[in-house]
Amino acid sequence: MADIIKTATRDAYGKALAELGQEKEDLIVFDADLAGATKTVTFQKAFPQRHFDCGIAEANMIDVAAGASTMGLVPFASSFAMFAAGRAYEQVRNSIGYPHLNVKIGATHGGISVGEDGASHQCCEDFALMRTIPGMVVICPADAEEARQAVRAAYAYEGPVYLRFGRLAVPEFHEKDFPFRIGKGEVLREGTDVAIIANGLLVYEAVVAAQRLAEAGISAMVINMATIKPLDEELVLSAARKCGKVITCEEHSVIGGLGEAVCGLLSEKLPTPVRRIGVNDVFGHSGPAVELLKAFGLSADHIVEVAREMCE
Amino acid sequence: MTLSEKKQLQLTACKIRMGIIESTYHAKCGHPGGSLSAADLFTYLYFREMNIDPTNPKAPDRDRFVLSKGHTAPGLYAALAYRGFFPVEDLKTLRRIDSYLQGHPNMNMVPGVDMSTGSLGQGVSTAAGMALAARHQGKSCRIYTLLGDGEIQEGQCWEAFMFAAHYKLDNLCVIIDNNGLQIDGNIADVMSPYPITDKLEAFGFHVEAIDGHDFDAIEKAMNIARETKGKPTAIVMKTTKGKGVSYMENKAGWHGKAPNEAEYQQAMSELTAHYAELEVQ
Repeated sequence: MADIIKTATRDAYGKALAELGQEKEDLIVFDADLAGATKTVTFQKAFPQRHFDCGIAEANMIDVAAGASTMGLVPFASSFAMFAAGRAYEQVRNSIGYPHLNVKIGATHGGISVGEDGASHQCCEDFALMRTIPGMVVICPADAEEARQAVRAAYAYEGPVYLRFGRLAVPEFHEKDFPFRIGKGEVLREGTDVAIIANGLLVYEAVVAAQRLAEAGISAMVINMATIKPLDEELVLSAARKCGKVITCEEHSVIGGLGEAVCGLLSEKLPTPVRRIGVNDVFGHSGPAVELLKAFGLSADHIVEVAREMCE
Repeated sequence: MTLSEKKQLQLTACKIRMGIIESTYHAKCGHPGGSLSAADLFTYLYFREMNIDPTNPKAPDRDRFVLSKGHTAPGLYAALAYRGFFPVEDLKTLRRIDSYLQGHPNMNMVPGVDMSTGSLGQGVSTAAGMALAARHQGKSCRIYTLLGDGEIQEGQCWEAFMFAAHYKLDNLCVIIDNNGLQIDGNIADVMSPYPITDKLEAFGFHVEAIDGHDFDAIEKAMNIARETKGKPTAIVMKTTKGKGVSYMENKAGWHGKAPNEAEYQQAMSELTAHYAELEVQ
């Protein structure tokens, strides 16, 4: 694994915007004084006339994007997940969600892998907040190529989309131009003992975990569930039916995210034992991202441990 | 404007006031006070100022209006109905479970509504976004937005004002309905936003302070707004909350309360008498 290329999905986001901007004249980008960090700066350099800094005023930015979309433009509005989904929640809910406007929210720095900045900036609640808004699509890509494709798919989709990207460089494992579809999970590995359903940077960890579980005689299915909403219910049900046990993994609170979406579905349609791996209703902490992920149990090691417990 | 044009606007404003009373009376709730204070402004915008077409409410190059103080939907709906966007008769269905006339404006349900609003402080930002987009697209249309004077207590309004001035959005006209009252009482007592004009000037706006019930003054301010280049214009209009219905005037209690049967009859008879008076002038 020495030659694994690592890229942050936020970097892929900035590049994808610049690439798509070449093709789509109506794509415009808003940022709130974080262009260098959200990487919309890549788009800004290519298309300065289509990039608008809103200053440190996220509530206004979200509504400006809403207004611009009513004129027929396709805005991507960016900030850290904490501010895009958190601070501006009500703006997203009332001015984008309620009128179902064609605005894409490109939120970076999701989860605890923000690292040293600490809990104030480590948003582990954004899936929960965005999922509850009717008609909102919520996507968390796993690597650079998926991030690129998610941006293109979000543009092509008519309606509000929340995209969550990460700060930390993570392994690239998708082939270029692999078939990405909003609302469709991706089976990365077939298995029969336990289904691991993950998103974001935990997808790669799940793949690594499954390899190790195989060595221990446990056959784990791995699903990349990049779209949290709408959830690929058919795939979750078939995985649960096949494996009889499910583990969800996300860099998000265990409350309100992928884990609860899966549990909600299964408890109504196919009661199945589920273990949720995520941030256990606690705030984050300062520290190097990789160490934090280990400390919070967001790792292949922890997935292996949970799977073994379930399969005992 | 000629005297007869002004008289026509006054007559229309009176009908719009009747529409506000009619709709809130039938709904048994809603916000008549701030709808009545802005009735003349709604009239001017929809019957003289804005480039709009009721037969083509989504025309791409039309002017836009965002009712940032969304609770005064009864005033906007009455203006839209009398302008021909939907039947006047439908005003009586306001807030009913089977009606498209939601308590606060919904752009996907009501013909002529350009933005869904209701949560204070947000409409003005969306209007700024429209103005920025219109300029980016090379459209010559203008964007108007109406805020309450209590609404500007919301910090987001000032984010939007900063944004509008920073991007020199001279196609944006911000109107503030300074009727002086909000739910809990006098705005100066609850949380004073004064001095409003000085603050807007300091934020980079060209400001016109006018009497919001004087059509000549409204016209003059709108013309100056259109001619002002390089900065957005704010029109701060002094108004009377509940204007046109004697017992509602200057009473904070009529912010969000509907008239009962007797009050309805009195309001309609006052407005009918006023209409007749205007006609013979």
